[in-house]
Amino acid sequence: MKYAYYPGCSLECNAAAYDMSVREVADLLGIRLQEIDDWNCCGATEYFSQDELTATAVIARNLALVDPQLKQVVAPCAACYLNLKKTDRLMAEHADFNQKVNEALAAGGLHYRPGTVQVRHMLDVICDDIGEAAVRDKVVKPLNGLRVAPYYGCQVVRPYPGDENPEYPMKMDHLLSWLGAEVVDYPVKAHCCGGHMTQISEPQAFELIRRLLQSAQDYDADLIVCMCPMCQLNLDGYQGRVNGYFNTEFKLPIVYFTQIMGIAFGLDPKKLGFGKELVAALPVVRAKVNGLAAQAAQ
Amino acid sequence: MAAATVAENNTFRNEVMAETPNGHRMLHCLQCGTCGGSCPSGADMELTPRALIALINAGQRDRVLSANTMWACVSCYYCTVRCPQEIPVTDIIYTLKRLSIAERRYKDTDAPALAKTFTDFVDKYGRSFEFGLATGYHLLSRPLSALKMGPMGFSMFTRGRMSLLPTKIRNIGQLQAIIHKAREIGARR
Repeated sequence: MKYAYYPGCSLECNAAAYDMSVREVADLLGIRLQEIDDWNCCGATEYFSQDELTATAVIARNLALVDPQLKQVVAPCAACYLNLKKTDRLMAEHADFNQKVNEALAAGGLHYRPGTVQVRHMLDVICDDIGEAAVRDKVVKPLNGLRVAPYYGCQVVRPYPGDENPEYPMKMDHLLSWLGAEVVDYPVKAHCCGGHMTQISEPQAFELIRRLLQSAQDYDADLIVCMCPMCQLNLDGYQGRVNGYFNTEFKLPIVYFTQIMGIAFGLDPKKLGFGKELVAALPVVRAKVNGLAAQAAQ
Repeated sequence: MAAATVAENNTFRNEVMAETPNGHRMLHCLQCGTCGGSCPSGADMELTPRALIALINAGQRDRVLSANTMWACVSCYYCTVRCPQEIPVTDIIYTLKRLSIAERRYKDTDAPALAKTFTDFVDKYGRSFEFGLATGYHLLSRPLSALKMGPMGFSMFTRGRMSLLPTKIRNIGQLQAIIHKAREIGARR
């Protein structure tokens, strides 16, 4: 199966581990990703805060650049995913708006007809298009013994939850169980990490981050897997600052769900971007997954 | 009769509705408070989304556009998916952000500066630029926090998670032409 691929800015650098592991896992599962040539930033939440039409036109350029042979685009980043989806919806549902966006696109020699490209998240592609049997088939190192807390965050499950429950999504839970992990069922799996609030109001952001770490820890998680670069940055990058602020001692590794899939598939951790996280994940994975410690020692 | 007159003359509400996709749903607000009760930032807001909608309905433009509600919003969309009247609360807040920024009504928040720094990089390079955002925005808006960011920034850098140079897309001229045109169309109304 072949999809257009929109990595988004975070995956180029800050979330390189996500990009690396998405590509590795996709390759193994036979998901062919064709990167959109010369894609541009989706504007995150920042463009929509200032100018809706320009925000939408900037995003629509990416949809217009999708290879006409391809009918679906995959975005691993939650903000990119939502922005692409929202743009397609806005253009489809509001004819006057569609006309304005296309007038702007025409200034760059482009056109986009809403509905042409279906916007997908990587998790959906793996769970729905590839499915349980094919995923299980690739597992060579089951994650038995590892307690993994799936963290969904906001913008993949809301406001467009698809077939998921926007308050209690399950896809990543299922996927982790196929990998043999012990899935941690904790109450805040779709709560907010604070998004860009770390840049604007640290007390507000740190409290939201603390709630997530505290809940995962209370439910005995060994690590958290996430599906968004912003979530990973806030929970991992800011974990030290949060500990300083609240005088806590959280030491929870935060990795992308595709990274932990790669471990179960027996892929090289380096190629999956392990080691880029600030709270080291690999020692925990090796210590907890039955049999991995012995293999690592050999 | 009097109530109907107020509603018809409520230019502020009409403006918010016109600027928000499906904004007309706002007319159906029950004032149930599900939005504020669902909001992870509710405690940090002077006015919850419920109160904001009531004030929009009352035509209180000044109070609404100078509220801190918009700048405490984290775009988690809990309010939107929980609203029993299908009001696009998060999108209404985006509209209020835009109006507040356009008229410079915001106070005590660096959120508009962050947004502007972010999109300036997008306009210039076609990509966001985290190092530029961290240095530019922090040094200009909050030099003290830039100091605290230092060690974390260094850790990110040593792990190859922060680039010191921006990436520029190949066809930046095309993107800039689209942006220019979109702004021109937006200014038309």
